[in-house]
Amino acid sequence: MNFKEQLKAGVILNNPVFIQTIGLCPALATTTSLSNAIGMGAAATVVLVCSNVVISLLRRIIPDKVRIAAFITIIATFVTMIDLMMQAYLPDLAASLGLFLPLIVVNCIILGRAEAFASKNKVLPSALDGIVMGLGFTFALVLMGFFRELFGAGTILSGYVNAGKGIAVPFFNANPAVMMILPAGGFLMMGFIFAVIQKVMAGKEGK
Amino acid sequence: MFNLPASMGLTDILSLAIAAILVNNYILVQFLGCCSFFGVSKKTDTAVGMGMAVIFVMAIASAASWAVQYFILDPLGLGYMQTIAFILVIATLVQFVEMFMKKAMPSLYSALGIFLPLITTNCAVLGAAKTNIDNGNSFIGSVVYGVAAGIGYLLAIVLFASIRERMDATIKCPKCFEGFPIVLVSAALLAMSFMGFSGLSIPW
Repeated sequence: MNFKEQLKAGVILNNPVFIQTIGLCPALATTTSLSNAIGMGAAATVVLVCSNVVISLLRRIIPDKVRIAAFITIIATFVTMIDLMMQAYLPDLAASLGLFLPLIVVNCIILGRAEAFASKNKVLPSALDGIVMGLGFTFALVLMGFFRELFGAGTILSGYVNAGKGIAVPFFNANPAVMMILPAGGFLMMGFIFAVIQKVMAGKEGK
Repeated sequence: MFNLPASMGLTDILSLAIAAILVNNYILVQFLGCCSFFGVSKKTDTAVGMGMAVIFVMAIASAASWAVQYFILDPLGLGYMQTIAFILVIATLVQFVEMFMKKAMPSLYSALGIFLPLITTNCAVLGAAKTNIDNGNSFIGSVVYGVAAGIGYLLAIVLFASIRERMDATIKCPKCFEGFPIVLVSAALLAMSFMGFSGLSIPW
């Protein structure tokens, strides 16, 4: 399978959040704004690629019986590295992601890819798989974060551009529905995105 | 020798517990433990079993991780190893609890056993352990916080399971919302009702 097909599968056809419905906690909790979503997606992608590479390198050495514990230790090491690095270089982002940065450890996507792919494949395919799945996860977060920030605050990319205020979107900025950036809005937005996906899928099958 | 957090009064502990159950409900406000929340909430009785198992594991994990932090990591200056240490402690602990239950309490094991491995990767448990340390809770406070967060989880998952049971029997919704989307939308409505607790504070 070439890289283009793999990318399409990971990001759209087999998207970890929207199709496989794993990793829902960070997808709901860290998508209150677009910049948080990008930060979380990037952090998870880096951890996923690094852990996939290391696990794939060690796949013949790790005994089968203790593999889950070994995988978790490797993942936790990379999560700690990312956590400390973000606190040092991007303190604002680290503060707004808060508890969910160390909680990448228990993200089902990362352990799932370690178990299902990296422990059975060579290094290069594992690294590619990490990149593709990470991009799929990031895509899902960005989609959620974009619409939640747009409806809930009426801005895009607040915290980064335009002196931290973000780009104000004319119509939405006048009457923001604050509920969308509150917890209830996370469930609601995800429900609507899933409904759109089902609609599109049903349309494709009907043809 | 050990630099332990200050002990907490009864009112502090009580307000901590109420805040953890209602105001900062783990699932509906903080989004911790959502995977199992959607996975195990199809039937009320399995939801009760899962909630009980979570309370049990969170109480023990809070106590164990508190001890690890203040008696091992802090004196040795290994604070940065917190995530690794906690996840290993929790994984081992769950394994031990499972083995102990199988031998000593077979009836409880048959009720809760299947949920225990699921809980290891439940972010609520690691989240509670880290929150206790970040907030500087005392030992009693940590255990109470763990139990209270577990009760909040139980409350949310049982409410949600009964909504889903009723929904499966009676619902009429657009075709594209059938299945998972309508479940998420009803979770949103439940979360909205929990927003009502956000103004709650302990007056004394």
